[in-house]
Amino acid sequence: MPREMEPARMADAVRPEAIRVEGLRKAFGPLEVLKGVDLTARQGDVVAIIGGSGSGKSTLLRCINFLETPTAGRIVVAGEEIRCRADGTPASRRQIEGVRRTLGMVFQQFNLWSHRTILENLIEVPVHVLGVPRDQAVDRARRLLARVGLADKEAAYPAFLSGGQQQRAAIARALAIEPRAMLFDEPTSALDPELVGEVLAVIRDLAAEGRTMILVTHEMKFAREVASHVVFLSKGVIEEEGPPAQVFGAPRSPRLQQFLKSVD
Amino acid sequence: MVEQTLALLALEPPGWGGNLLRGLWASLVIAGGAFGIGLVIGTFGAFGKLYGGPVARDLLAVYTTVVRAVPELVLILILYFAVTDAVNQLLVSFGYQRIQISGFAAGIAVLGVVQGAYATEVIRGAILAVPPGQIEAARAYGMPPGMTARRVTLPLALSSAIPGLANLWLIATKDTALLAIVGFAELTLTTRQAAGATRAYFTFFLAAGALYLLVTLVSGWGFRLLERRARRGLPSAGGAR
Repeated sequence: MPREMEPARMADAVRPEAIRVEGLRKAFGPLEVLKGVDLTARQGDVVAIIGGSGSGKSTLLRCINFLETPTAGRIVVAGEEIRCRADGTPASRRQIEGVRRTLGMVFQQFNLWSHRTILENLIEVPVHVLGVPRDQAVDRARRLLARVGLADKEAAYPAFLSGGQQQRAAIARALAIEPRAMLFDEPTSALDPELVGEVLAVIRDLAAEGRTMILVTHEMKFAREVASHVVFLSKGVIEEEGPPAQVFGAPRSPRLQQFLKSVD
Repeated sequence: MVEQTLALLALEPPGWGGNLLRGLWASLVIAGGAFGIGLVIGTFGAFGKLYGGPVARDLLAVYTTVVRAVPELVLILILYFAVTDAVNQLLVSFGYQRIQISGFAAGIAVLGVVQGAYATEVIRGAILAVPPGQIEAARAYGMPPGMTARRVTLPLALSSAIPGLANLWLIATKDTALLAIVGFAELTLTTRQAAGATRAYFTFFLAAGALYLLVTLVSGWGFRLLERRARRGLPSAGGAR
């Protein structure tokens, strides 16, 4: 059932903010990729970020956990503002690390650690970064692998899995840290077409259980189906945003109209 | 003829075999120590060159350039004679006793510094070959830099560093022969003494050559095991099994 029709969602004011981005700017040298972006995801929101290539959507996502350092603007994660020095660099590495440990990131290229088995990939951060007892982490990892349909692959190394399997394992790795929110950076863009469906099914499942997610994607049908809020990014600014039915069904801006026509 | 040769190589005096083996052991200990120091310097050097500040990078560039430019033999002589002399002049001027740097300590130190310069470049290249996404994943999950280096970057770099490091180890075992110049009784000097005393040059230098060859063969086997371990998880590319 599409989320936009769910009657049980709490009123916006009641649900606490998970992620808030304010006035975000990011320049690479002379090239300004983001020119002042505001974005709020409340708990349980599924925010889909769409836009053409070079629109800055991946950069926006990567600024949230400071994989890219914003040039200007505020990032607030679960009420905690990431402190920056006057020159824009983060004031405290520890704070950034702490924030990152609450955000499950899923990459376009999976980025599983190739020298560790799938199970080892899942327990790496819980055991070594978060200090979860090993047997507890292993139990949890096995349950997650079963959930994404990889129970029989725990002893395999990533390179021996298909792209779809690797991405499902990467999603399980993100879930293993029990994240407050998940960040998906074009999770199906590197996959063969016939493998996209199995990954989307897992993400759909996560959306249905009310997880907070920010999702950069090229899959418009999927975004329309799972997102509670859609953001169309164009030339470094939010050109249009709203509920999926409105953004996809009745786009107002000519740029969005043209974009939707071009990806159809 | 065979009996004579065996008698010369016998482990108990008057045979010289025991001396040769002691020389070999000294060579291996020095090579091992130098290789170990080289790995430590190389690891920090590589990270310093890649991620360090401008001062660290410049210093490391000077270090790797100078050390790789000057012949090891000259470096050994500089450290053994010039540096010892300088240290002693300093000690004396502060009213301390002169010290004697042993050939053993000097050997490990000099070869370690030389190995470190080459290892810095080998490890730096290997780190550059690590898929950046895997390091980024570690960062994205809040792994601190030291842990990322230890648990992600270095293990991944190892697979491409091992061939270069194996070369360095073999060079280290043979560079120990240079310490003969400062009178340290490693394999080459012991061999020369044995050959000089008995006039059996052919026998002893052939025996020493065989020992160096044996070291190489055993090392090659060891590094193959290590490489297989480091390349676990990577599909084999043409016979690297």
